Amino acid sequence: MDQLILFVKQLINGIQVGSIYALVALGYTMVYGIVKLINFAHGDFIMVGAYVTLATVPFLITCGLPAWACILVAVVICALLGVTTERVAYKPLRNSPRISALITAIGVSLFLQNAFALAFSPEPQAIQTIFRLNAVNIGEIQVAGVTLLTIVLSVVIMLLLQLFVKKTKMGKAMRAVSEDSAAAQLMGINVNTTISVTFAIGSALAAVAAVMYCAIYPQVDPYMGSLLGLKAFIAAVLGGIGVIPGAMLGGFVIGIAESMTKAYISSQLADAVVFGILIIVLLVKPTGILGKNVGEKV
Amino acid sequence: MLKVNDLKVCYGAIQAIKGISLEVNEGEIVSLIGANGAGKTTILHTITGLKKAESGSVTLFDHNLLATQPHKIVSLGMAHVPEGRHIFAQLTVEENLEMGSYIRKDKAEIEADKQQVFQRFPRLKERRKQLAGTLSGGEQQMLAIGRALMSNPKILLLDEPSMGLSPLLVKEIFEIIKEVNQSGMTVLLVEQNAKMALSVASRAYVLETGKVVMQGNAQEMLQNDQVRKAYLGA
Repeated sequence: MDQLILFVKQLINGIQVGSIYALVALGYTMVYGIVKLINFAHGDFIMVGAYVTLATVPFLITCGLPAWACILVAVVICALLGVTTERVAYKPLRNSPRISALITAIGVSLFLQNAFALAFSPEPQAIQTIFRLNAVNIGEIQVAGVTLLTIVLSVVIMLLLQLFVKKTKMGKAMRAVSEDSAAAQLMGINVNTTISVTFAIGSALAAVAAVMYCAIYPQVDPYMGSLLGLKAFIAAVLGGIGVIPGAMLGGFVIGIAESMTKAYISSQLADAVVFGILIIVLLVKPTGILGKNVGEKV
Repeated sequence: MLKVNDLKVCYGAIQAIKGISLEVNEGEIVSLIGANGAGKTTILHTITGLKKAESGSVTLFDHNLLATQPHKIVSLGMAHVPEGRHIFAQLTVEENLEMGSYIRKDKAEIEADKQQVFQRFPRLKERRKQLAGTLSGGEQQMLAIGRALMSNPKILLLDEPSMGLSPLLVKEIFEIIKEVNQSGMTVLLVEQNAKMALSVASRAYVLETGKVVMQGNAQEMLQNDQVRKAYLGA
């Protein structure tokens, strides 16, 4: 029985971390879907979101506002950051070889890390408590309030995103642009606006992930985005890059695998297992779990 | 309504269009015919802004199209059915049609136009929930035309609608082009199938390596010895 409870607890932990990975992976996959670019700066958008949280929580508390409102501030700032990055750094390279944009993305990532290290010192800084929630008992298992909130919030966001992409006019336009931007233009779809909206949504999801991440690990440093971003990127590739449900699935798989490895094998091996899964999936199914085989169009 | 004047277009150092002038009047079907590489598709791409012009002018109802952003052109009343169809394979047939009416806000009329497209292409109605990529080549061409009609254009640009289709389907597509024209829509048609293109058109231009080498009444061209030898295999 104790074994089972431990297992379920680890599973819940895994889903919690996994839902954060999934939120970040969605940003990678949506941007890739529309501009065929791996935005390596995406992980650093999380870091920016975390610093925004660091700065706004004390301010909100002094103003007598709830600390969780920092999510809204982080979402707005990260969305603006994403849109600006695309306009300034990626848009001029849209018709250049893809490798140029990729290198630029790495450049943006390094720029953000070092700019924040310069501005806020490279030392980790502690974040105040964001959510004050009571633990919930489910049967014999006690689940932290933040854990439950992270999972529920992520699932709701993912469902909303899926509805947005499937049902709304803008969502359909996004899919049209991602498939054939020239034809989309002929329909009167403004490709630039559509790409901006995609970056805004992707970066906003990174902001939500940042706040939820800070709620579990309450500290920020300028380099925190790189490993987190890398794992989310793996999640996106694992699920099939460019496929939205794939990013969600990939996120949960990576999160659960990591948590199980930490519990049953060794916590030092967790990253190795995550990367190992990536290698195996790429060997067996290079397009990812839900990725479609890309055949040449006739 | 559509006027192209002394248009020049380059791909790098190569001049693909070497000063072409043409005109499409209201209610006409005008065909551009010519061999591979004559520049037919390039002209259409330049008209709808997918390709930048070097010099010259393109006007639609006196709007300067060369200075118009590509996504704004459809709202001026011109729809372009590109070569190779370019339907959205991962969207359903119905969603493709919805993208065709992207710029419109008149819901009731959009619905009426959709029903009209379904009436014109009953196969599309049967397959409305299917992903467009699963359609056959002929059905995809119908979808591409239907999608363009959904913007309720005044002028329709068609690029090689016969490409890759069986003779029977080609005939069907051309019947539809004629019908659409009779309902009042102006058509600019680019075709390699010169015989079909000339038989439906009122006027035609013959293109050779980026220049207009002949123009005039389409029926007369069908009888013209030079055209017959070069393009009709007679």
